[in-house]
Amino acid sequence: MRKRVSSKFKKEDCNNHTCNLGDSVKVQHDIVIVGAGLAGMRAAIAAAEKSDELSIAIIAKTYPIRCHSVCAEGGTAAVLREGDSFDLHAWDTVKGSDFLADQDAVEFFVRECPKEILRLDNWGCPWSRNEDGTIAQRPFGGHSFNRATFAKDRTGFHEVHTLYERMLMYDNIEIYPEYFITNLVIEENAVQGVSAIELKTGNLVFFEAKAVIFATGGAGRLYGFTTYSHQVTGDGLAIAYRNGIPLKDMEFFQFHPTGLIPSGILMTEGCRGEGGYLLNIDGERFMKKYAPEKMEIAPRDVVSRAMWTEIIEGRGLEGEYGPYIALDLRHLGEEKIEERLPLIRDAAIKFAGVDPVEEPIPVKPVAHYTMGGIHTNVRCETTVKGFFAAGECACVSIHGANRLGSNSTAECLVFGRVAGEVAAEYAMNAKQGRISEEFMKMEESRIYDGLLGKNGDESPYEIKKELNETMDKNMWIFREENGLKEAVKKIQELKERYKNVEINDKTRGFNTDLMMAIEIGYMLDLAEVVAIGALKRQESRGAHYRLDYPKRDDENWLKHTLAYYTPEGPRFDYIPVTITKWEPVERKY
Amino acid sequence: MAEFRIRRFDGKKSFWQTFEVPAKKGMTVLEGLYYIKENLDSSLAFRASCRMGICGSCAMKINGKPRLACETQVLFLGDKITVEPLDNFRVIKDLITDFEGFFAKHKAVKPYLIRDDVKYEEPKELLQTPEELNEYYVFTLCIKCGACYSVCPAAATLDGYLGPAAMAAAYRFCADSRDEGNEERYEIASSSNGVWRCHLAMECSEVCPKNVEPAKAVQMLRRKTAFSILKSILRW
Repeated sequence: MRKRVSSKFKKEDCNNHTCNLGDSVKVQHDIVIVGAGLAGMRAAIAAAEKSDELSIAIIAKTYPIRCHSVCAEGGTAAVLREGDSFDLHAWDTVKGSDFLADQDAVEFFVRECPKEILRLDNWGCPWSRNEDGTIAQRPFGGHSFNRATFAKDRTGFHEVHTLYERMLMYDNIEIYPEYFITNLVIEENAVQGVSAIELKTGNLVFFEAKAVIFATGGAGRLYGFTTYSHQVTGDGLAIAYRNGIPLKDMEFFQFHPTGLIPSGILMTEGCRGEGGYLLNIDGERFMKKYAPEKMEIAPRDVVSRAMWTEIIEGRGLEGEYGPYIALDLRHLGEEKIEERLPLIRDAAIKFAGVDPVEEPIPVKPVAHYTMGGIHTNVRCETTVKGFFAAGECACVSIHGANRLGSNSTAECLVFGRVAGEVAAEYAMNAKQGRISEEFMKMEESRIYDGLLGKNGDESPYEIKKELNETMDKNMWIFREENGLKEAVKKIQELKERYKNVEINDKTRGFNTDLMMAIEIGYMLDLAEVVAIGALKRQESRGAHYRLDYPKRDDENWLKHTLAYYTPEGPRFDYIPVTITKWEPVERKY
Repeated sequence: MAEFRIRRFDGKKSFWQTFEVPAKKGMTVLEGLYYIKENLDSSLAFRASCRMGICGSCAMKINGKPRLACETQVLFLGDKITVEPLDNFRVIKDLITDFEGFFAKHKAVKPYLIRDDVKYEEPKELLQTPEELNEYYVFTLCIKCGACYSVCPAAATLDGYLGPAAMAAAYRFCADSRDEGNEERYEIASSSNGVWRCHLAMECSEVCPKNVEPAKAVQMLRRKTAFSILKSILRW
């Protein structure tokens, strides 16, 4: 299985005190998966099911069950029951995407969802049940059928644990927990492997592989007010981008309507799916003005804009952290709240001091999902041979300009499987990747001398704070040219300042100071792509709303953005959207 | 202001360090640790991710009790807060402890659904009533934070003891109506490192931040495995 090809690699000619402490290690696998959330673990299982001869490594900067996928709450979309149909799920998704989704990919996606639900059932997922024992489903935003399959309001948590437990059954999957990725190695447009810091020792480990899958999640910590876990810093996105792989549609960031105040913790769309109301200061269900038919369960972009409009027009409620909207669940009653939304109740009590049985929950829109990502096709292939991406870090695209709730966990399962299978097929016929000593030395020098050993006068945390403030101010729900230009300028200034950061902790073992400084470097590159992409896109579509261009412009902008890395900043290109059945029409809810 | 007194470890020696943190209503211990890291001493090492009590990263000993730092309000504890790494785990750095053995013990109890008739390519819907779901659901809530293990007197004295979290995982699958792997798990649970090592201190259930009741799982497994242990005694 795992081959340790050269257990010790001595760094020569090193005169810096941080360099002599550890020795880099090289290991070989057939497939290396980076990221152990839903998509990564699903990919590992799929590859292992393809062949027990393949040696599969799954590396992640946390233990697998500490991934951000555990925070998914409300449900996973799938057509399971009479009355629903693949075409209906696909249409809802395409309309929700404001017609930027590739329809061939969506049609494939919806057909694969049901089997994933059943597989999880067969592997032990504690799905919530109907009285007759069948798997239960609930309504969700933008879906015209109750197809959000759920495990109370801990859907992602239970899916993650189920996949993790299942993964333990395969002898040919090796888990590398707490390995922080630093680079991707590509030669002659074919993947060779990845490098990562083993956090425990602080040593660099070079993984040579025939195929590499990135399942590294989104980039939500670009924002300050966000539902994302601290760890979601876009590592994989930035590494792919820096290595010449284009990022697609990064200007589309989803704002979830209901982030708990003040922490930003997600209050699932399931709250509204189960019948919860959104109220302004007059106690009015204001959604009737914005989406008279769907009301509170219109898609997220629509609801978030409506809430933000209420707030900026002075109809928010006043709280100690500024204006907010009330998420009222009281009429659902304690029994239903306990049965369907126990995590929400617990979190509202613990983090906001509010029991939703007694009082409305204070919420406002919050950065929640990265629609864009590594440019892939429907087989999770990228522009580099042997390099695949799946889950939130990828952009197939099935979400286009606005993802529907419950389609993200579904995407992780469906495309995690595809990535695992396609990578396995590829690896069975590919030659082993090779990482040169030269590259290893360069990477050691970049991390240990260029970052850890360097002196400077900037704090990475101050840079991150300013980045978060810029994103929250200028790249929020409503955007306009001046604000975006200001953001671009600010991000470029922060990038300059970042060159001068100093990491205070000079030790090797579990150096989270070093890890966070590297993460912040990743985030700056991504923020620049988001900001310039948003500035260039002179239209409003899905989650990207321009006050100065308030209409969707299909004539000029029915196309995907591709951002390519250059040392001077991103270069942009555009590619057409695939339309199979559904011509763009006006989007009403 | 709140005073954070933190037990640190730099790989060689252990020492106490005190920090002044501006505490306001709603601030969690985790936010206090981030404040220290970002403003006072960036070398402070701790694990954290979801900050909503679901990922299990940030269990640590706070004022003498294992708790999730992200769920613990600073002001509920007063203005003096003592933070230490979890007991019964080897400390790697500051508040970060070694979980390798803990996860290996979880794996050892075969914590996955065992059943012969399901096919990967052709999955099928297995029926389970809400009542059957409730039989085991509470045990699925374990976030593997290690709080239970850190207070377990059996784990403190016997390195190999599987521990409360692993026992809860074993029972979770044994009690699942879809599972057919009970015999295999009973054998593991009744082994020399299994449920009979438990001192019945019940502290694990008391400190569990998710109210999983691992002590109850141990009791249930004892009942179920009594028969197999009896068999092994007779053989002996």
